Formats: sequence, C-alpha cells, structure tokens
Amino acid sequence: MAELTTHTERPTATGWASPYVALVSSRLRSQFAYRRSFALDLLGSFGVGVIEFAEIYVIFSSISVLGGLDFAGLALLFALSNISFSLADLLVGHLDRIPTYLRAGTLDAFLLRPLPVLAQLVTSDIQLRRFGRTALSIAVLVVALVVNPITFTPATIALLVITPIAGTAIFCALFVAAAGVQFWLIEGSELANSFTYGSSYASSFPTAIFTLPMRVLFTFVVPAAFTAYLPTLLILDLPGPAWTPAWLGWFSPVAAIVSWVAGMLIWRAGLRHYTGAGS
Amino acid sequence: MTEQIVHARGLTRDFVVRSGGWRRTKRVVHAVVDLDLDIAAGEAVGYIGANGAGKSTTIKMLTGILSPSAGTVATCGLHPQKSRRELAREIGVVFGQRSQLWWDLPLQESYRVLASIHRLGSSHRERLDELVDALDLAEFLDTPVRQLSLGQRIRGEIAAALLHSPRLLILDEPTIGLDVLSKERLRAFLVAERAAHGTTLLLTTHDMDDVQRLTERIVVVDHGRVAYTGDLPGLVRRVGADRVIVLDLEEPTPSLSDVAGTRLIGTEPDGLRQRLALLPGASAAAVLAEVAGRAPLRDLTIEEPDVEDVVRRLYATQQAAH
Amino acid sequence: MSVATLAVLTQTGWRRWSTYRSAALAGAVTNTVFGLIKAAITMGAVGAAGGQLAGYGPIEGATYAWLAQALIGPVNVFWSNDLVERIRTGDIAVDLSRPVDPQLAYLSADLGRAAFTFLPRGAPPLLVGALVTGLALPANLLPYLLGIVSIVLAVIISFACRWLVSLAAFWIIEMRGASTLYLMASNILCGLIVPVHWFPDWMATLAAATPFPSMLQTPIDVIMGRDTGLAALWLIGVQVAWALGVLLAGQLLWRLGTRKLVVQGG
Repeated sequence: MAELTTHTERPTATGWASPYVALVSSRLRSQFAYRRSFALDLLGSFGVGVIEFAEIYVIFSSISVLGGLDFAGLALLFALSNISFSLADLLVGHLDRIPTYLRAGTLDAFLLRPLPVLAQLVTSDIQLRRFGRTALSIAVLVVALVVNPITFTPATIALLVITPIAGTAIFCALFVAAAGVQFWLIEGSELANSFTYGSSYASSFPTAIFTLPMRVLFTFVVPAAFTAYLPTLLILDLPGPAWTPAWLGWFSPVAAIVSWVAGMLIWRAGLRHYTGAGS
Repeated sequence: MTEQIVHARGLTRDFVVRSGGWRRTKRVVHAVVDLDLDIAAGEAVGYIGANGAGKSTTIKMLTGILSPSAGTVATCGLHPQKSRRELAREIGVVFGQRSQLWWDLPLQESYRVLASIHRLGSSHRERLDELVDALDLAEFLDTPVRQLSLGQRIRGEIAAALLHSPRLLILDEPTIGLDVLSKERLRAFLVAERAAHGTTLLLTTHDMDDVQRLTERIVVVDHGRVAYTGDLPGLVRRVGADRVIVLDLEEPTPSLSDVAGTRLIGTEPDGLRQRLALLPGASAAAVLAEVAGRAPLRDLTIEEPDVEDVVRRLYATQQAAH
Repeated sequence: MSVATLAVLTQTGWRRWSTYRSAALAGAVTNTVFGLIKAAITMGAVGAAGGQLAGYGPIEGATYAWLAQALIGPVNVFWSNDLVERIRTGDIAVDLSRPVDPQLAYLSADLGRAAFTFLPRGAPPLLVGALVTGLALPANLLPYLLGIVSIVLAVIISFACRWLVSLAAFWIIEMRGASTLYLMASNILCGLIVPVHWFPDWMATLAAATPFPSMLQTPIDVIMGRDTGLAALWLIGVQVAWALGVLLAGQLLWRLGTRKLVVQGG
C-alpha cells in the first residue's frame, strides 16, 4: 500500500472542475494500487479486442470483400469503431451497474452531495484497464492507415480527428440512455448491455450487409453507423449503400449531439422516476 | 422563536407495489400519511417507530432523495428536490447500514475528496483535525475503509457527514450493531458536538439510551402517521410503561405487594428476587428506603422500558382508539 | 453416490436458475439482438463468397448464427468464477466434507442450469430467426434426437473444461490471466464467432486438437444435418471421448489440489 500515501498537504484547487479532479484521481490511485492485478486486467481487455479482431480475420480468410470493404478497409472500420467504443466503455461503461448502485445505496449518497448525480456516477468508477482494447484498436488503426490506399488531404485528416471524438460521444450517450432505462428495469444490466454492446458490434461491420430496416435502425435510430462506417467510406472515398450515402459521415458530430440530447432526456426521466418526481 | 430547520405539512408518500408473475397485481402502500413535522434550529429530535413505519421514507423526503406524493416540506428553508445541491451543503446524513465513504480508499483520502466535493478549500483542515480528535480517528486514518471495524466506520461516516459543518445532522440508526462502549463514546461525542456548534439533530433509533441521552423531543410514527409527539417521560406516562426495580434479597421474603408507589409484577417462588414496577411520580429512593426496612437487600437493578416495548404499547392504544 | 442424489442436485440447479426469470428474459433479448447482427454477417460473408461458403448457403449461414445464439446460454461458453472463488475463500472445504463427488455434484447442478436456460434463452432467437431469415433445418426426426445427445455432451464438455481451468486456483492466486486466456481460446475455437469450417487451415488444425469445437460447432452440425448417419455418430463419439477425457483430467487434478490443501492447510 506504499502507493497510497496521502496527499493532504496539497493545496486544493478551487475551479469548478476540482471536485471531479479529486474524484477521478482518487479512483485512479486506487486502481494503480495493485499494479499486477491492473496489468492483468489491461491484458484481458486487450484479449477481448483480439477476439473481436479474430472474427474479421477468419471471415476474410475465405472471402475478399464484405459489404463493399476489403480486409484492409474492414480493419480501418474495426479500428475506428473499437477506439470509440472502448474509450466510451472506459469512461462510462460502469453505468451498466446502476442496479448494483441502487441496491448498495450509492445513488442515495450521490443525491446527498452538492454535485449532479450523473457527473458523480461517471467520475466514480472510470476503468482505465479497459484501455487494453483501445491500445489494440489503435495498433490496428496504424496498420490500416498504412495498407489502405488513402490520399491524406486536410479532409481525411479532419475526419480521422473528428470521428473518434464524435464516435466516443455517441457511444457514451448510448451508455447514458441505457443507464436511464435501468431505473425502470430491475434486471436491466444485461438488457442495457445488449443495447450498447450490440450497437458497438453492429458498428464494426459495414452497414451495407444489413437488410434495409436494420440499416435504417443502426443509422438513424441508433446512430451506430456514424461512429465508424460512414466516416470510413469518406476516408476510403467509397460510395455508400442506398439510404446511407457516404457524405453522411460528415454529420457524425451532429449525430453525437442528438444522441446526447436524447440520452440526457432518458437519464433525467429515469432519475426522476427513481426520486418519485416523475409519473 | 428560532428559525425552522424542518417544516413539513401534510407530507404523504405512496408506493405502488407490483407483485406476482405474468399477471401482475398492483397494491398501493401508504408509507407516510399526512405528516406534520417541525424542528427548530438547535433542537434534537428522536424519530421513532417500528420497522416499516415510514422513518426512512420521511428522511428521504426531507433530504431530497424522494419527492412527496402530497404535502409540502422545507428543509433549512429550501425545497429539498428543487434545491437539492444547495441543501446538500446544509445537511449531513448518515445511514447506519449504508456507507457514503469509498470502501477502497483510506479514510483520509475520502475526506480529501469530500472536502473537494463540498468546495471547502483549505479551511477544512481545521475542522477535520477537530473531528479526528473528537472521534478518535487518528489511528486508522490511513486504513482503507473496507478494513475498518463497524464502530470505526460509523465514526468515520459521522465525521464525513460533519466535515462541511452542516446545520442539520440526520442520523439513521447510528448505533445499530455497536458494542456498549462504542455507543457510549458516540453519544458523548454527539452531545459535545451539539454543545459546541448548535447543530440541529434528527435521529432515528431503536435504542432507548440514544433517545434519553441525545434528544429533547420525540416523534413516534405508526403506519406512516404521527402517533405521538412530545418528550420521553410523557410518552412513558401515556402508554403506562413503567421503570422496573428488580430486587435481589438476602433471604426469602413474603411478596412485597404493598410498597407505596409501586406495583408488584413478579416474584420468584422462594421470594429471593422480586420485581416492582415504579408508578409514575414515585421516587425510587423512597421505595428503596421502605424495602430496606423490611428485608436485607443484596443487589438491585433498574430496568428502563425499551423503545420497542413503549412503541408497541402506544400502537396498541392507537388500535384500541380506532 | 446414487443416481437419485445426482437427480436431486440437477433439480436444485434447475430451481435455483428458474427463479431468475427476468434475467432469462434479458438474456433472450441479448441473444436475439446479437443473432440479428451475426446472421447478417454470415449471410453477407456467404454472399460475398458467391452464394456458397464451405457448404453453407445464405440460409444455412444464418441458421448457424441463430443456433449458436440459442446454444450459448445452455452451453455457457463464458467464464464463471464460482469455483475459483470457493477455492480462494476456502469454502471448498465444505465441498470436501460432503459425501458426494464434488465434480459430479457441480456437473449435475450445471446440467440443471443448462436445462432451464435452454428454452427461455434458446427459443426466442430461433423464433426470430425463423421469421427474419428463415431456418434451414432437416425435415426428419433423427438429427434432432442426435442433436439433443450432442447438446448434453457439449454442456458436459464445457463444464469439464471450466472445472479443469478453475482448479488452477489451487496453485495460482491471480486467476484472471488464466481465465482470460481460456475465454479467448474457447470463444474463437468453439465456432462462436465464425463456423470452424471457415477457419484457415492452421486454425482448423489447432481447433481440431482442442475440445472447443465439440462445445458448439458439433451440436450445430448434428442438428443442421450437415453430418448424418455414421459421420454424425463419429462426431458424437469424439464428444464422448473429450467429455470422458476432460472429466477424468479434472478428477486427477482435483485429487492433487485437495491433497495440497490438506497437506499445507490451504
């Protein structure tokens, strides 16, 4: 426990963010306290990424094109989708534990503190070990950027910067929405997971392979296609399938904003339901 | 008249309970019904009732965790739900069964984070030192919370609730599961803390000693309704629960059925131990003097009526009145 | 130990799991959602290969995905930490003192769990699959009868493997590395993500040397009638061999582990 020596003499910052900085840094310190265990978790998360990528590798061992993308193109899609999802999972993935927080009274404790509940929840259990999957995805991205025939224009570079940010925001919003729903469903954890993990899984494949109703679902209802597939089409300069043209890829920030508005509305309704203020 | 810390009128909370499998049935449970509650600044109130009588529901409504189905409540002059965050700075709450500390962090670290959450700046050092000193926390400040004993953890929880110097301290069953010594130390601390800072106290408990030592006034709830409000002796008088003097005598003695101010409620066959209920207004000293004149005493104890018993009797009189 | 004792343990497992009705509902939804996506992927892959890929047409590909989703509940290809926790906390001593063989007792409970999860977790994905993509299933009874035998064997093999790996907790304190490795290997090689028949040669060879294809690929092949007659019996024979082999290895490792526990006092 040598790492856990306290830092009480450090002057306390007074900015609006200081409570969150204190919350997050205390969490991180406690995760780093057990280095070996943390390293193993990191490795496990990396392994999950490997399993996910193995699927694409195996499929492309017998075919050369899937949904208009070759192996290299699919690797790029996989990388973008997984970077965003794993970062969102790292930041807010623990929101699927709302039923546990309810049972333990953690949420009541949050309600008794002078900070927004969602902000406390998010900062209360950030899981750095999930970076293993991000690391694998970044490695795949680097390789994909080399092997794909990409012309690096300011537009592609802008897309490469915007996409992970918007994608992470979209997946975070999905986690928040799923968390809000769990105030109504006691066994909601697995349902929430099927929504978030299902969206993530769908987003790592070309939306073109889906039937039209599913394509519309994963583009305009749950904006999974905006996190990776549509921007990938733009980066590789490919046309999109019917109903989801490639230029939609520029609208991933819009999709992120809309997701957040919807996610927050669901979250607030859920919390109001919990505190009995709602219907 | 001092300021009102809690002001509740007609406070009501219903829950809809669903049960059964595929064909679900709905049932409405009235957890709190038409509750009026006033607590003035600096007051100490015991909030008493059987399990499920509506105590926790009331506390949740006072603190903004739960909204009332009907009625109004102002805590520290604020609407608990609309001004939840503002109110959080004014109140400190300890749920005896639940922790608001971080189980994997050393106690010290929890306080640092809490001070930051409440934006206390560096001024909290002084307050923390005061609490560490008064609650004797120094020796386990660097221990992770999950490794603390129950007594240590509760003391830690109370310091956490008081760190931001709230005007109202709410303790829900703070002494449950503690040993006699820990209970006594906690009570002594709370008495001193209130004397020093004038903190208003709302306390739920099953422990009669808590009520006697810590509160000036009690409110008893039964099935969500107020069944009694007043002081403890008044309640004891009302339900006719008496203090009992247990006498251990040196030699077999005939039943002491005619001692003034008492009523004999039990005697062991050989008359070596006799139990006398002390009637309201009677002096224990006078009774002892009279008994000592009749038979040599070996030992005696005085049994206080326990909360469960008093509440049960009160509930029974309510039932009879309905 | 009598058959009656084992029957009671199986029933208890069934009852314990049947109380989690809403959890089963959530599981059914999850399996169905993933089934929709996986079926689209397998159909897409078959389409990209020109309508036929290692004996799978589009509908066969989709059927494979739906059956895999229906079976992961009962077969439980995911990791469970129960036994590891019991060994670590020392609760395992309680199991030692019981007059039943621990491995068979745990197996009975796992069979009960599988029996319960089979319908609520398995039926919805198949139903949705039949409606959305259609299912390519044989018209005669025999493949289903053999399929049931094959599923039971798959549950036993899956249990036996998890039991074997969990016993490492007698010697290793930190089990997360081992469980992650097991999860990776079993998920890829059992055919959960892609049919084993689509594997490149080196992976197919690797998979054939492990019990993992017997957990998922084999029961699906038998039910879909991909292998019939003697070929199907041969597959079931392979399953029986793996089941017995891994169970036996588990027995031996259990003896070694408990001896260490007794000698060193944990």
